[in-house]
Amino acid sequence: MGGCDVVTFINFMIENQREITNNLFRHIELVGISVFVGIIISIPLGILLSRHKKLAGVVLAVTGTIQTIPGLVMLGFALIFLGIGMLPALVVLSLYAILPILRNTYTGITEVDPSYTEAARGIGMTNMQMLFKVELPLALSSIIGGIRISTVYIVSWATLAGMIGAGGFGDPIWTGLATYNTGLILSGAIPSAILALILSGLIGLLQRILTPRGLKGVRV
Amino acid sequence: MIKFENVSKKYGSTPVLDELSFEIQQGEFVVLIGPSGCGKTTTLKTINRLIEPNAGKIYIDGKDITDMNPVELRRGIGYVIQQIGLFPNMTVEQNIAVVPKLLKYPKDKWQAIVHDLLEMVDMPYEENAHKYPSELSGGQQQRIGVLRALAASPPIILMDEPFGALDPITRDTLQDEVRRLQKKLKKTIVFVTHDMDEALKMADTIVFMNEGKILQMASPEEMLHNPAHPIISGFMGKQIDSRSNGLTAGDVMRTRVVKAARNNQTLKSIELMKSRDVDTLIVINEDDTYAGIVTIGDLRARGRGGMEIGELITDAAPVVNVADDAQEAFDALLTSSTSYVIVLNDDNTVAGLITKTSMTRAMGEVLWGDVTS
Repeated sequence: MGGCDVVTFINFMIENQREITNNLFRHIELVGISVFVGIIISIPLGILLSRHKKLAGVVLAVTGTIQTIPGLVMLGFALIFLGIGMLPALVVLSLYAILPILRNTYTGITEVDPSYTEAARGIGMTNMQMLFKVELPLALSSIIGGIRISTVYIVSWATLAGMIGAGGFGDPIWTGLATYNTGLILSGAIPSAILALILSGLIGLLQRILTPRGLKGVRV
Repeated sequence: MIKFENVSKKYGSTPVLDELSFEIQQGEFVVLIGPSGCGKTTTLKTINRLIEPNAGKIYIDGKDITDMNPVELRRGIGYVIQQIGLFPNMTVEQNIAVVPKLLKYPKDKWQAIVHDLLEMVDMPYEENAHKYPSELSGGQQQRIGVLRALAASPPIILMDEPFGALDPITRDTLQDEVRRLQKKLKKTIVFVTHDMDEALKMADTIVFMNEGKILQMASPEEMLHNPAHPIISGFMGKQIDSRSNGLTAGDVMRTRVVKAARNNQTLKSIELMKSRDVDTLIVINEDDTYAGIVTIGDLRARGRGGMEIGELITDAAPVVNVADDAQEAFDALLTSSTSYVIVLNDDNTVAGLITKTSMTRAMGEVLWGDVTS
């Protein structure tokens, strides 16, 4: 396929419908699992760090450093230690999913206005009650924001995982790059971009729905 | 009810509370006041153990509060802070009911409480219960803050500069409301402020603190009249000034008065009173000095035709000197059975008359400048 106008690309997509659908499901699987693992680790860790501010500096610095290691290098390491397939990809992607959620959980809780926590403590809430009735609800918007950032990142980075045989939209992209097949490249790149936009929009919607009315600012 | 016994608190080597000992009675409204950093807020927060002292004991109803679970302790003490601290993710109803819910009150009970409390501050339930704090004005928010503190009927309420961030008019209204609620519900309130006007208005007892020590603990009256320390008088500067602002009796009197010589006859005097539309004559001697007063009542009751009014005069009216402090005249005016005070010059001639009208006028002029009649 030499030239690449819209019509030929659409034809290509239609011809390879099944392949692309499979890639889509695998991609969602990769993103879903790694963001989920990210959430499971980050939110409790973020809560813990908000109670231990000294520890927080260290942990956030470490996770920040991990974030700066290029994805390709990380995947290379994962390949060496864990072989090929979904598992090493999920490990690496989960690692990348952690930081934005962790940081937003931590700042979301620590930036809750001290007057609320003082009032909560002063009227006799236990630490747990304060966390679940006051701090987490007030930090919720920030936490979901972190999940949104992570998700968008991971949709894009999951394409790298195709390199180590994890499947998803990375597959046609890497194959296309190796064979100079523009159609193949685009059949991975464009749907993954659209997926990122859709997920970002959905999470944004969720964020709005879950934000209590009282936190949306004064309405006349 | 609340008893401090040699309570000390240090941050590093800086003492914040220094061997503090005092006692608060049940139902008392105690205001802690003093310059910044005097330890008043720290004192308040040791009562609900938001701050733990380094030494000394605090007892509530004879029980050492360190023997109590801090969470349980706090649920039994209302707490209102300057920043209000209503939870923005909860409605007005949820905010008020938060402590009753922590205490596991059944739903119908806490709902009834919310209804009653909102009614007590004239914020109808239907209109307000489901609003969020961000939808209320600052004054309404702090009303809800006070209601939240009252919701589980704690006998003690701590208030940390609760009205400091409100505008003067709202503050005034809320001060009245809280005072009214306190009297009605017979709460013991410990209230921190740096505003002496507020302290004088609210307190049964003012505790004046400086550098972690109590300089004076007294009623507002006592503190105004006998401040125990120059710092206290400095703090009350404004109040003291307004009490002796240099106004004399002469400044607040009216000079147009109806005088009559003591040898005037009764019928002529009645005619004079009618023509000048007054019910009292100021009677003077031949040398113009003050002799006394005679009222229309005296004349009618005891006067006979041809009698001189000098025989009927009384000294029922209070008398002040023209240079006397206006406040003395004011006190005389309020305590006297007559509705006026006679003002005399040094030579005992009549200078004028202070009536409630002339006093009000003069006070109005002090407050707002010239007052036109």
